[in-house]
Amino acid sequence: MNPMTMMKMTLKTEGDTHIVVTRHFAASPEAVYRAHTDPKLIQQWLLGPEGWTMPVCINDARPGGKFRYEWTNAKGAGFHITGEFVELQPPSKIVHIERMHLPDPTPDNHVETRFDSDGTGTLMTMRMTLPDAQTRAAMLATGMERGMEASYVRLESML
Amino acid sequence: MHHGSNLNVSFAALADPTRRALLSRLAHGEATVMELARPFEMTQPAISQHLKVLEEAGLIVQRVDGARRPRRLAKTGIDAMDQWLAMLRNALEKNYDRLDEVLAAMEPGQETKPNKEMKSNTKMEPTRKGKKP
Repeated sequence: MNPMTMMKMTLKTEGDTHIVVTRHFAASPEAVYRAHTDPKLIQQWLLGPEGWTMPVCINDARPGGKFRYEWTNAKGAGFHITGEFVELQPPSKIVHIERMHLPDPTPDNHVETRFDSDGTGTLMTMRMTLPDAQTRAAMLATGMERGMEASYVRLESML
Repeated sequence: MHHGSNLNVSFAALADPTRRALLSRLAHGEATVMELARPFEMTQPAISQHLKVLEEAGLIVQRVDGARRPRRLAKTGIDAMDQWLAMLRNALEKNYDRLDEVLAAMEPGQETKPNKEMKSNTKMEPTRKGKKP
């Protein structure tokens, strides 16, 4: 196994309203699923850029259950995300809805995360669906821990 | 984030395919409204409207050259967006690099039972799950 290629993250826009992130993990779907649903584990990795911590991680991982993640940094800045779980199929699928509070809530982001066994571990595919192209564009500018990229922004002709 | 609102406008400006095409054209060098309108099946006023959005988003600038008003890319605006996207990508990659470590500490079998040998160099509390009331 070559970790450099196996672990490489892909991140792309799809259509006008989707963002798709893929990433391989050298662990079972059960483990990756648990790391996405157990607050004690989420607090260790879902932190975004260096310098941020997640002091509040409340998470009721069952259909209809709510969650709330709060981040802060040393300068006292902070924001939070709230959401609801729509569907949980351990260990292969999580569907949830989330919004960021900055402090006004952003439009709902519908997120489907799949964990598929791929022989050497797990391939995660996270597919976000935003209400419209404007929202996706705004999210590109304000998203943080769920950062994303629009390939068109690279302005291919500038290369 | 301090760049938030400006970048918000910049990314919103890019939600339109005509405006992305105009930026791609301008990446090859400055051009007037007439030159920019030529490859598009759009009127000059329609193109001007798109250019106005791009200008307000800080992505292009115009200069005065006699009667001409050629537009060109605003390097600072484009650079700010590029930097922001790199930061976002970097933030996600950092998340998943950390997740790799979390998973390495869990495996094998930790998803079903606590791993007693786990060292305390992480903040995980491996025995708690099994002792939960």
